[in-house]
Amino acid sequence: MKRLAQAGALAILATVPLWSGGTYYVNIASQILLYAVFALAINVLVGYGGLISLGHAGLFGIAAYAGARLLSDGYGHVAVVGGALATTLAAAALFAALALRGTGIGFVMITLAIGQIVWGVAYRWISLTNGDNGISVSGRPSPFGLSLASPAHFYWATFVVFLVAIGAMAVVVASPFGASLRGTRDQPRRMNALGYHVWMIRFLAFILSGFWSGVAGLLYLYYNQFVSPQMVALNASAEGLLMVISGGSATLLGPVVGAGLVVVMKNVASAYIERWNFVLGAIFVAIVVFMPEGLVPGVVRLWRRAREGRR
Amino acid sequence: MTALAVRNLKKSFGGLMVTASVSLEVEAGERRLIIGPNGAGKTTLFNLITGELRPDGGSVTLFGRDITRVAGWRRPHLGMSRTYQIITLFPGETLLRNVTLALLGLSPLRWNPVIRLERRRQLVDRAREVLARVGLEGLAERPVAQTSYGERRRVEIAMALAQDPKVLLLDEPFAGLSVEERRDVLRLVTAIPREVTTVMIEHDMDVALDFAERITVLHFGEVVVEGTRGEVVAHPRTREIYLGE
Repeated sequence: MKRLAQAGALAILATVPLWSGGTYYVNIASQILLYAVFALAINVLVGYGGLISLGHAGLFGIAAYAGARLLSDGYGHVAVVGGALATTLAAAALFAALALRGTGIGFVMITLAIGQIVWGVAYRWISLTNGDNGISVSGRPSPFGLSLASPAHFYWATFVVFLVAIGAMAVVVASPFGASLRGTRDQPRRMNALGYHVWMIRFLAFILSGFWSGVAGLLYLYYNQFVSPQMVALNASAEGLLMVISGGSATLLGPVVGAGLVVVMKNVASAYIERWNFVLGAIFVAIVVFMPEGLVPGVVRLWRRAREGRR
Repeated sequence: MTALAVRNLKKSFGGLMVTASVSLEVEAGERRLIIGPNGAGKTTLFNLITGELRPDGGSVTLFGRDITRVAGWRRPHLGMSRTYQIITLFPGETLLRNVTLALLGLSPLRWNPVIRLERRRQLVDRAREVLARVGLEGLAERPVAQTSYGERRRVEIAMALAQDPKVLLLDEPFAGLSVEERRDVLRLVTAIPREVTTVMIEHDMDVALDFAERITVLHFGEVVVEGTRGEVVAHPRTREIYLGE
């Protein structure tokens, strides 16, 4: 039953460009998947590590900005991707070293401050980031000779990256390291007393989260072919966090569903409702009131209850 | 040989001196009971010994090695395990997973991000054995949140036993238990092999008196009386502290 549902979902996702009826919808689907990768990355810290980050758009943006700089300096795509990810990992290590001086609200505040610094650099360090004008790049890569210029091809490439991301997450979650990370979320003192280096576990989780944030940032860069300070603003970090929380943190599917919800509301609902932000807010309030654990665990709970009720 | 030695250990919280120069030595294989009324600084002493708190002064020695500056997370690897007075388990996980985490803590596998933890048969089987030791093998698959308080106490002890410690610190293992549950736990701790040096904190003298051959009485952060069971019980200071005479 579960396998069947998984296969069905995969088949539907894999064939989006064939049935969705238009470039517009294919592009929306690409956005959902790239933000899903970003939300999965945030979920490593927020869901499994219990560390709420309000600065993740910083890492997302650093990857995109580094990629954009390298592209406009004329580097090839392999160097661009490698360089951008290396930059993001270095930044993640620095941010983690700073932010992990605190936990709980302290961690939130430090990540918030770091995110604001990144935004400040993107907005004001004009020689590096081109300030408010952002950086435009042209040309998507052609891995294995397949051009990603068309929306359908780009969607499939994003789909493959997304599959690798969610597969890697599933492996980590079921691994001893995943169990250790969840342990540090639930009982850090006990974990320390059991012989776990709590700080190092959190640090490595931050790096992992940074890596996938960087991958998502690169997808964003290649999708939009443009970066601007808007993508590293606090708003973007908060949106990522909302994707995780509304879909269901500490689940694999939750961040994906949350990403879908936010992207659809932003793009589709905004075409029909001028005050779409209000609608999005109302949906979040409804989720928090009726399914505080998030959409995915909430629906599972209702489904189980309905089935037990029938018996 | 001295298993655990504490010398002139001091700790203050603000102006409150909770541990005022405590010294004690526990021989290898000994069973030691530390008693004292509430607020005597017993749990703080454990937190200092295990490295959860940094002492303001003094030293902690484990089998002759000075571990005062050794990080808390390294100490279990040196053979020191503890239980908590306030039950500190992973409430959403099963009993089996709780004990598995205790075993994993001492294994280099804990850093591995690619293997499946539940497929590590060796680890899981050993966790089952430890649960059997505390009589909980039948509840292995049950989440902690669905077990009784007495069962959680035993899981708490199982977590420490799983690590095969050389020095075991038990922080009020009888706290909050019914008379029958106390009997079970007493049987459990008495069955701990003699080569494990065991230090137990208890504030209720009657429960654990039979457990130890040597007893230390702690009062206002100081060692007031120390000696054999008979000596301590007969000592006028013990009577004063416990009976208010």
